[in-house]
Formats: sequence, structure tokens, C-alpha cells
Amino acid sequence: MSRRIIVPFGPQHPVLPEPIHLDLVLQDERVVEAIPSIGYIHRGLETLVAKREYPEYVYIAERTCGICSFIHGMTYCQAVEQVMNLEVPERALYLRTIWSEYSRMHSHLLWLGLFADAIGFENLFMASWRLRESVLDVLEETTGGRVIQGSCKVGGVRRDIPGETLDRMVGDLAGFERDFKEIANVFLRDESIIARTRGVGVLSHGDAYHLGAVGPTARGSGVAIDLRKTGYAAYGKIHFKPVVETDGDCYARCAVRVKEVFSSIDIVRQAAAKIPEGEIEVKPKGNPNGECFSRAEQPRGELVHYVKGDGSRHLVRSRIRTPTLTNVPPLVKMLAGCELADVPVIVLSIDPCIGCMER
Amino acid sequence: MIMDADQTTVIERDYLIGRVEEFKKQGYRLVQLNCTKVGETYEINYSFDLDYQFRNLKIVVDGQTEVPSISGIYWGAFIYENEMHDLFGIRVVGMNVDFGGNLFRTAKKNPFANPTFRGEEPCPGE
Repeated sequence: MSRRIIVPFGPQHPVLPEPIHLDLVLQDERVVEAIPSIGYIHRGLETLVAKREYPEYVYIAERTCGICSFIHGMTYCQAVEQVMNLEVPERALYLRTIWSEYSRMHSHLLWLGLFADAIGFENLFMASWRLRESVLDVLEETTGGRVIQGSCKVGGVRRDIPGETLDRMVGDLAGFERDFKEIANVFLRDESIIARTRGVGVLSHGDAYHLGAVGPTARGSGVAIDLRKTGYAAYGKIHFKPVVETDGDCYARCAVRVKEVFSSIDIVRQAAAKIPEGEIEVKPKGNPNGECFSRAEQPRGELVHYVKGDGSRHLVRSRIRTPTLTNVPPLVKMLAGCELADVPVIVLSIDPCIGCMER
Repeated sequence: MIMDADQTTVIERDYLIGRVEEFKKQGYRLVQLNCTKVGETYEINYSFDLDYQFRNLKIVVDGQTEVPSISGIYWGAFIYENEMHDLFGIRVVGMNVDFGGNLFRTAKKNPFANPTFRGEEPCPGE
């Protein structure tokens, strides 16, 4: 038996946009064990509830992540609204749904580009990010921000989307869908991608469920958990099925994200068709006094915001459990037994967001 | 999905492992663990989900109390328990993966154990 060695992976690595460190215990070229360590970019955002009043903390919550910022802000607002018994106007709920799905599309296209880059498919990387720009343009036009939107607030949203703009957005989705089909076809059928991802980093259904996997990491292993089915925002009035694959490998996780972009397009169309006229916010009165867990489906999976207030302008506690944090134990499981050369692809396949995870 | 205190059960620390084992047997998945400092005590929430039904267990301990690890029941709990230890200084006993206080590299030890500036500094514009 050959002796074991430890190879450090990260914190700086070409496939990692953000720092995470893995000690890979190797026997020959095979990973026996992976030991993660984090903490390079811990910002202590949760403690800022002590310094920012609860309406202002939306901005902090949004800055937890530079990709799915809108959904962070929305999930935090949902928690505070529940504690304060605020009934958010229906139009605002639909607007939150629309912006959430645009966030999902831009996040998945970002990941698809990074994934293509990680396996050396530069042209596909550029094609994915080129298409992502059109999503960011919509977010910028309707919210004022490309990645940090600032459009969610406790009690509703800050901005409306005029009817003619909404019509144009829906009209433009046809061209976007056509362009994305070309990219999707490559991700799902190209031989080089299949060779790099099929049977790599397999996570069984049982491991995915019991280790706490969420989002495409779970759904790629056949675990049909999608918090949008609980009906928060306007999702209760939208028809869609969670995208599920069953092979549990890197290809399956990629396929889930590809198909979820089509699902998001459909959800935006439905929401635009059903959105009612009306107010977009209610003014909160008083201060939050109580506690609440709020969950939502981020592009990377289940997001949990916990808030606890004592009747003052400052919350006692904000706790943000991000999808990447809970996808770390499944990642450790996936890496055990894989080839060293597959480690970057497997790590990227959970769509790690380290800034989000460390907060 | 929004949950309030209705889904929370406050239990004694000694009953924690038994209750968590019950959740595991019933097929619940672990959603998260979190810790909140309230005065001189710490509230620790253990959250579970089965078919979108959310359940939460809460224990209240002081800073010196040892808390049993649930990582023997839910393997992935180690990430939350190490986080609780590093940020709040909670003494978690029996973790399957123990980072020895090195999961989070913070300049200040247990930075969340003593939140200092709650409301003390005026917000901009005040």
C-alpha cells in the first residue's frame, strides 16, 4: 500500500473565485478524505444588527452575497414582516417573485460560465456570461442595481415595474430563451462536458438528504426539495415543478441548473400575466418583538434567515444560514474516493459561495 | 416559507439527544443550528424539516454548560457546532469533526459572545 500524503487545495485556486481551504488526504491520485477549513473572509455581518436599525439591516442582509443579494434581502424582510404582522401587498409579492427569478437566471448563468471555464471550455464560458448580461440589464433597468438591487424593504418593495416595461421584459424572454437553448444544448450534450462530469462526484439520494444538501446539489441526487413550493412571495399562485435529476453526479447538478433557467423563464411569464395592480408597500408601525425563521429558495438552495427582536429598533439577533454552509458536509462526502484531477470540478459543482457562507 | 415560535419547543439540555434521535427516526432532515446570546444565557435552536414541515428545538444554557453534539445523529451538524464554538464559545462535546477552534479565523476570540455596541452608536443622520 502506498503511503498517504496531504495536498492543500486552496485557499487560492484557479477555480475558486473566493477562498476556501481543503486538506486533501491522498493515496496515489485518489482522495481518501477531505478536511475543509474556512474563515478567510468572515465579515461578522450578523453582529451588525446591533449597529443598524432593523429597516436599515436590509442593506446588510443584501450584501451577504454579491450574486443572490435580492433573495437575501427578501428573506430577511419576510422574517421581520412576520414578527410585525405586516401584510405585504400582493403586487409587491409578485414583484419579489419576478426579481427572485431574474436573480436565479443570472446566478445560474454565472455558474454555468464558471463551470465551463473550470473544465477548459472558454468559448462556452463567454457565451454564458454574454447571455447573463441581458439578465443584468433587466435588473439594472427595473431596480437600479445590477447585482445589489436594494429594491426590497420591510413591508414591500421600493420600486414598481410599469406595465409596458413588464410587457417588454416578457417579450424579450423569447429571444433569451432561444439563445439559452443553444447554450443548454452544449452543456447537456457535448461529449467533452459529459466526459468530465458523468459519474464524477456522486452523491447518493440518502447522503444528500441526511447530510443536509440543498438546492441543485440535493435535486441533482433526486431529493425534490424546493422551498418555492411552500408558496412564499407569489409562488403559491404559480405552477411549476421542481427540477430533479437522479444520477447525483456533477452532470446531474449541472443539468438541474440548466433546466431551472427554463423554469425561471416560465415563472416570470406566469407572474407577469397574473400580477395585480395596487400598492407596493405598507408602512411598518412599531418595532419587531418576537422571533421568526424565514426560508426561501436561493439559486444555491434553501436559505434561512432567523431574526429575534425585543421591541427596540435594533434586533437582538440575525442569523443567516446560507446554502453553501449546509452543502459543505455533502461536498466532503463527494470528494472521498474521487481522483485528484476531479476535485476542482466537484468543488465547483455545488456552486460554492464562500462570502455568503462566512457572512 | 415563514415560521414563527409556534413550531418551537423549548426543552432541557439533557433531553436534547433523545429528541433529536426521534426526529431522525421520523425522517426529518437537519436544517440548521443557531445560537443567540440573550443576557447572560445562550439560546440554541435546532431546526428540522420533513416535507416542508418545520420543527425547532430550543435549549437555553449558560456559557459554561457543555452541550452534547448531535453530529453522531446528523453527521453534517459538525459545521454548525464548530461555528457555535468559534463564534460564541459554546462548549460542544463529542463532535465527529472538531476543528479545535480553527474553523473561523477571527481576530477576536468568540466575537459573538460579547456583542458590545448594540444601539450605543447613533446611526448616520441621527
